[in-house]
Amino acid sequence: MNSKIKTNIISSFFTGLTLLATLIIFTILIIIIGNIIIYGHKTISWEFITKAPREGMTAGGIFPAIFGTVALVVLMIIAVLPVGVMTAIYLHEYSKPDFLLTKIIRFAVNNLAGVPSIVFGLFGLGFFIQFVGAGIDKFFGLEVIWGQPCLMWAALTLALLNLPVVIVASEEALRAIPKETREASLALGATKWQTIRRVVLPQATPGILTGAILSISRGAGEVAPIMFTGAAYFLPYLPHKPTDQFMELGYHIYVMATQSPDVETTKPILYGTVLTLLILTLLLNFVAIFIRSKIRRQMKKSF
Amino acid sequence: MDEKAKMDNRITEISQNRLEEFSSKILVEGLNFYYGRNHALKDVSVNIKANQVTAFIGPSGCGKSTFLRCLNRMNDLIPGVKVSGKVYFDGMDIYSKDIGLAELRRKVGMVFQKSNPFPKSIFENVAYGLRIQGITNKSHLEETVEKTLRDAALWDEVKDKLDESAMKLSGGQQQRVCIARALAVEPEVLLMDEPASALDPISTAKIEELILDLKKNYTIVIVTHNMQQAARISDYTGFFFLGELIEFDDTSKIFTNPSNKKTEDYVTGRFG
Amino acid sequence: MKRLGTLEKNLQAKPLGFKKRFRLSEFLIEKAIFISSFFAILGVILIFLFVFREALPIFTNPEVTKEASLRLFFSTTIWQPISDNPRYGLIPIIVGTLKVVVVALFFSVPISVAAAIYTSEFAPLRAKEYIKPVVELLAGIPSVVLGFFALMVMASFFHGIFHSTMRLNALNAGVALSFAIIPVVYSIAEDSLNAVPRSIKEASLALGANRWQTAFRVSLSVAMPGVLAGVILGLGRAVGETMIVLMASGNASILSGNIFDSVRTMSATIAAELGEVVHGSAHYNVLFFIGASLFIFTLFINSLAHLTVTRLQRKLAGKI
Repeated sequence: MNSKIKTNIISSFFTGLTLLATLIIFTILIIIIGNIIIYGHKTISWEFITKAPREGMTAGGIFPAIFGTVALVVLMIIAVLPVGVMTAIYLHEYSKPDFLLTKIIRFAVNNLAGVPSIVFGLFGLGFFIQFVGAGIDKFFGLEVIWGQPCLMWAALTLALLNLPVVIVASEEALRAIPKETREASLALGATKWQTIRRVVLPQATPGILTGAILSISRGAGEVAPIMFTGAAYFLPYLPHKPTDQFMELGYHIYVMATQSPDVETTKPILYGTVLTLLILTLLLNFVAIFIRSKIRRQMKKSF
Repeated sequence: MDEKAKMDNRITEISQNRLEEFSSKILVEGLNFYYGRNHALKDVSVNIKANQVTAFIGPSGCGKSTFLRCLNRMNDLIPGVKVSGKVYFDGMDIYSKDIGLAELRRKVGMVFQKSNPFPKSIFENVAYGLRIQGITNKSHLEETVEKTLRDAALWDEVKDKLDESAMKLSGGQQQRVCIARALAVEPEVLLMDEPASALDPISTAKIEELILDLKKNYTIVIVTHNMQQAARISDYTGFFFLGELIEFDDTSKIFTNPSNKKTEDYVTGRFG
Repeated sequence: MKRLGTLEKNLQAKPLGFKKRFRLSEFLIEKAIFISSFFAILGVILIFLFVFREALPIFTNPEVTKEASLRLFFSTTIWQPISDNPRYGLIPIIVGTLKVVVVALFFSVPISVAAAIYTSEFAPLRAKEYIKPVVELLAGIPSVVLGFFALMVMASFFHGIFHSTMRLNALNAGVALSFAIIPVVYSIAEDSLNAVPRSIKEASLALGANRWQTAFRVSLSVAMPGVLAGVILGLGRAVGETMIVLMASGNASILSGNIFDSVRTMSATIAAELGEVVHGSAHYNVLFFIGASLFIFTLFINSLAHLTVTRLQRKLAGKI
């Protein structure tokens, strides 16, 4: 009897510890987001969002950085979404799991997902700028236009970084569609592609969208891959072609936080910028997580 | 010369008559089927006649569904399967290389055990098979949808809500949408894999009535574990056991005077 | 059973409309899908080629080898790339990376594994639906924001407690890094625990074990390979993560075992120095060499984690 009470006390203690760990994670999240909201919300205003910086970043807004971030992720998603979705379609609808090619693709996707973001930065510099860009300039006899950091190369670097995100999410979406649905279509004389286009893809759209949103959110927050491939700290103009450099929220935060001569003066603007980026990424994440949990619940019901 | 032509005509006529007599729609010869190492169908041969209802019965796992899915090559979707033997549809080997699966399945429609309408409107469900054939003419689509829904004895129940999702219908109605959807493609053969097993008795009765009605225009092959159902609706019945087609004959004979002991045991309810 | 001869078949033979039809648009789109699937492979190969291409002169170019070679990397403990006599001692940088990663794992692994156990074993069903998305939200915070938070808030907080001479140090960076690792370890550990069949848990409960004993001795031990894979992936992420350490670690290449000293990690070194380096110089090649090492390391880590997860899946499928 005595030993049973002892086991129960020990058990409750450890169960309590696991609850504590969960609460610690919640607390970390609340403190970080709370701190940024408390110090950042006063700065956010219509002017802050829509105006360019003034007086050496100590006044004015961050519109160019917002614009640059949006331009960057739009270009990125245009590049990554078709390729990612088509790869997922190949993996889930066409290939067979024991094909050597399938295994190699999965190996590549897995590893691509694990490559550190700074290595993507190095790659962007070494491949897109020094090799492809410089190659284009040389071939057409141009002065340095493509062979330098710019919006295009930063977006493509991010696209490669996000390729696994899109592939994995799209494949999960395809997997959620019951086999019976495909059979119904095939039995009606639809070809494989007709089945995919008319039945499978429409049903998978929410899941694919989740992947797209997650990758946009991740793209908007990544700094390391774009530091050397296109982001600039300050530009007097907005980027209007793919070969322009651009300002970006995350990079802006990094430079202001680490290289500002007078941190106290820029602090409100800094916090405002962080809050803007946080709202942007968390809002996107929130939408994605919401769609995903809805799909998962639907999936459970259908079994 | 005239004599010769007459003779030729005569021969053709005799051939036609023989054709009528046999009126084979699907002819299966020595069909073997393997899931990996599992020998699921063993040397099955059968002649399925046009405009008749042919039922296959047997305990679960006996291969009857596998057999049915061989007739429109739905088993091709499962990795690791192997088929040998011949299946002729109107004399054409459907396992030959130049057969298009989509084209074959337009001739050989299928209704599944679990109703599986698309998450689209009732109208779009029924029109699906036509749309994938590239038919966009609205009035043509509307006509066909109405006609097939009438054929499937569902028109009166759904005519006011064609734009609503088919998923909202009851199980029996969903299954009839699936039948209408299959009919809209104008197949010649309709394969039905336990189409009423998930339904209540009233819906089941409706589906059975419908099958008898469809017989006029279609060749129907149905798989069922319900012997009464097979007895009620089919003209021919085959009994599957452990992958073998034990007996195939007129339904009345199978149920009253089977020649095989195993068939007798099964239809009299001694096992299964 | 009646067998039919070939006669009827010949009689019945007539042309039919189900010969395979060639559909050009489908042919093209299916080819496009097939080709697309090569992009991921191509990506990995190109990263490998182009990062290594820029690192190669360290081994081949005598001009560069004079300043920087594998031998020189480990024959000095000083990292001083910008001087008249540049020295590229990698030891302080490797040790710095280790220090930060150890601190990060020390905090993140117990917390995330415990939270995963709570979520999958003890949490009420309704709470479960919220805990996971909330932790995923932590994963959604950009690393530059975590770095900013560590730099502006956490560093002052730790400084107030420990009064260390250096405000930005390995502890600060490591703890901030753990915030980024927690969601990685948590989500994989939780998935693995969730994959443990209910029947096993119920068997344990039926034998009189209480919920904690079941969670710890049955679920966790069965799911161990998955949890381990989570930790391995967390390690990979910690080594590669850049912005947090770049902002929160102080970036001084000091060789010491003290976690209150500033540190410089491999990834932060690349980020901090690549912007000012001359293209084609020895320094440039060294930075790419560090990048190539990170790439190889994470490739190894990922394969290891993947292998561990596959083992778990096979174990649960009863194949081991």
